[in-house]
Amino acid sequence: MSADHTSSVISARVRHVEALLESRGLLDEGEIDGRIDEFLAGGTPANGARITARAWVDPGFRERLLADANAAIREVGLSMAGGLQEQRLKVVANTADEHNVVVCTLCSCYPIALLGPSPGWYKSEAYRSRVVRDPRGVLREFGLELPERTRISVWDASAESRYMVVPRRPEGTEGLSEEQLAALVTRKGLIGTAAV
Amino acid sequence: MGDLAPGMRVRTRTADPDGHTRLPRYARGAVGVLVEQAGVHPLADDRARGRAGTPQPVWHVRFAAADLFGSGDHTVTVELWADYLTPIEEPA
Repeated sequence: MSADHTSSVISARVRHVEALLESRGLLDEGEIDGRIDEFLAGGTPANGARITARAWVDPGFRERLLADANAAIREVGLSMAGGLQEQRLKVVANTADEHNVVVCTLCSCYPIALLGPSPGWYKSEAYRSRVVRDPRGVLREFGLELPERTRISVWDASAESRYMVVPRRPEGTEGLSEEQLAALVTRKGLIGTAAV
Repeated sequence: MGDLAPGMRVRTRTADPDGHTRLPRYARGAVGVLVEQAGVHPLADDRARGRAGTPQPVWHVRFAAADLFGSGDHTVTVELWADYLTPIEEPA
């Protein structure tokens, strides 16, 4: 497992290469920081919440979202193509029978475009190593007690896809607008460590 | 590598390679079921060694927790390059 990257040999090499590229005029000073800022600018859990609310009110959208998330999120004006190449998005939906939770056991892969920067606990070794072994126990520590009969599916973002969970729509929200529904959705809900 | 298809049972590689791999330790030498293909990408192990790597299918592979850890009633779905996977011959 990798932990903190900032002082690693590879970081030093990257900084060295960056300096060389700048000295040879191939890269403007600060260009990489600019690109990273641009990439992060639109990223916020409000995007994931908007997708979720649309999936709650529109069964057709929900179906398209689960089948091909990259195409479906374009319907709400979002995209996974903000980086150097489009990242594959896999969206999974919670039901009464099944609860999904996402982790990256190898590092900290996360759908930044839809959820913003990841929370500290998502990158912690404790979460990454424990949630695959004992998800029910870890979710209990997050305050989420699932019924015994609810199956738990853990998704390890070990390769190129990014994952998002569509939480279950809370009961008693029939009268709410799509916007009001989106306001109910939390970042933890979109990772799977909270009910909504 | 063979032809892989959804529903197929596969065993993951057991070898612990030198350097980077995207086959998590807990999922080594384990038997799982292919769920769906997750695109085509150059093998991360090659890229980490500075090689371009030939693009190959990547799969969502579902494991029963009991098969990975000896206990647990949940499943863990890991995303694995075809290079890590060998189809299991089903008994007739």
